[in-house]
Amino acid sequence: MATVWALKRRTTRRNEQIIFLVLFLSAMVSILTTVGIIYVLVSESLGFFQQVSLWDFLMGSQWTPLFQPQHFGVLPLVGGTLLVTGLSALVALPVGLGSAVYLSEYAPERARRVLKPLLEVLAGVPTVVYGYFALTFVTPLLQRYLFHDMIVFNALSAGLVMGIMIIPLVAALSEDAMVAVPRSLREGAYALGATKFEVVSKVVVPSALSGVVAAFILGLSRAIGETMLVTIAAGATPRLTLDPRESIQAMTAYIVQVSLGETPHGTLVYHSIFAVGLTLFVMTLGMNILGQWVVHRWRARY
Amino acid sequence: MLWPVLGPRLTFRQRLGVRKTLGRAAYVFLLGTTLVGIATLAALLLDILLDGLPWLSVDFFTNYPSRHPEQAGIRAALFGTLWMAALTALLCFPIGVATAVYLEEYTSQNWLSRIFNTNISNLAGVPSIVYGLLGLAIFVHTLSLGRSVLAGALTMTLLVLPVVIVSAQEAIRAVPDAHRQGAYALGATKWQTVRNIVLPAALPGILTGTILAMARAVGEAAPMIAIAALVYLTFTPVSPLDRFTVLPIQIFNWVSRPQAEWQGVAAAAIGVLLVLMLGMNAAAILLRNKYQRRSEE
Repeated sequence: MATVWALKRRTTRRNEQIIFLVLFLSAMVSILTTVGIIYVLVSESLGFFQQVSLWDFLMGSQWTPLFQPQHFGVLPLVGGTLLVTGLSALVALPVGLGSAVYLSEYAPERARRVLKPLLEVLAGVPTVVYGYFALTFVTPLLQRYLFHDMIVFNALSAGLVMGIMIIPLVAALSEDAMVAVPRSLREGAYALGATKFEVVSKVVVPSALSGVVAAFILGLSRAIGETMLVTIAAGATPRLTLDPRESIQAMTAYIVQVSLGETPHGTLVYHSIFAVGLTLFVMTLGMNILGQWVVHRWRARY
Repeated sequence: MLWPVLGPRLTFRQRLGVRKTLGRAAYVFLLGTTLVGIATLAALLLDILLDGLPWLSVDFFTNYPSRHPEQAGIRAALFGTLWMAALTALLCFPIGVATAVYLEEYTSQNWLSRIFNTNISNLAGVPSIVYGLLGLAIFVHTLSLGRSVLAGALTMTLLVLPVVIVSAQEAIRAVPDAHRQGAYALGATKWQTVRNIVLPAALPGILTGTILAMARAVGEAAPMIAIAALVYLTFTPVSPLDRFTVLPIQIFNWVSRPQAEWQGVAAAAIGVLLVLMLGMNAAAILLRNKYQRRSEE
């Protein structure tokens, strides 16, 4: 009997060790994904930077990879991305913050239960659908009522729709920060005779500021990395401009443009999408880390 | 800050009136901002419904893409999407759950688990097109899978894995510790406890998260374009190594054409995509509600 028990225990223990190993290896998949992303972006970019100097890439103001003479200055793509992102911020920051304040401070429970899921639906709409909406609804609307001679592909409508797209993210993260502000702070302000809006604008929002700022940063990081919307609605004309009515090309849109054509593996143009991807990755990662840092550094503890 | 300037001229009662009016104006403004998102959602859905409805027919589901808008259909894209989603679910469910079990049950809160968790939250913020580049270099070229469904599903697995892991972690964390201790008290080993006690209790939450992740995968276009490119397919995949296309790519293809008819065809395909995603979301919500009601009993 005793030996059977011991044998059983030994197999059980070995099984436990095998299971542990399997679980650990599964967890390593996500670590390997990060390693893989960095490895692929850097190694494929090296092929690009052997032919184009880093300085020309980062400082060049002409991006003409698909026709002669080829120029690989990334600034027009970065500028196009930042133009659209800036426009989206004009929409998403005030509207997202306003929605968050309303949902966290004003909305009655019944309104919240309807409005929050609707905002989540907005977050779940595929980006290719937003592209369709920008191109076939927003652009014609703008052309009819505001800018009659604006071209079909423009940064403005892509930026506005991008702003709508990131409202749910900005609103949800800001609201979380405001809900975390303790009730006692609000009640203290009420006791001093403040009106509801004074409590909200002078106590709640300032107390939640680190969370709100982080929500802004993460929202804009999402806008920078967004692909289909800018590809469909903003055009394919790499150009350094501040005029939102112009056609531009975002970094992500360039990657898609090249991917569509099944560019031969190993050519300079093939490598260039990884150089642009690396630039994009560094920008969004930097902003995400900044967002997390803001939350940690300035979180008020109650 | 305005009050010292206006202060001496106004009585307290008058100032209170100004402050209250300001409060009411702010309320209207804040309610208005909340409705911006909702109104846009309504406009978007209505726009798609009006544009796409005339193009929906049985043929639209059974036809392959065509040069003529009246004959164009989504058969290849629909099958490609189902193939891709099914393979992705098969791959990311076990890996995601195993990772969550490892992080929640097998590591204590130390530097290692912090690295894992930080890494996962950073991965969730990586733009989807970057995953496309990863898949293009690793799966399509290095592993020579070509522009196949399998390469697409592997790429999509890595993309949605953070979503699956985080939701599985939350579901596992919600299982009360008393259940685990009860199992240990009966002499169960760690894995026996996890398999027989923790995972069954966490399963509805895990499934909900996985279905939501699949809905996201079905709507993603950018990484799939990097993998599958824009092709004109007149067959449906019969093996994981066949070429494929998915609904978002097909929609993008049609949206990019200048003629108005194609916009209608695109809107019809968008309608199908949205219904598909809505169905998945509804399934996830039903599952969550059913589970919540049971746990309240």
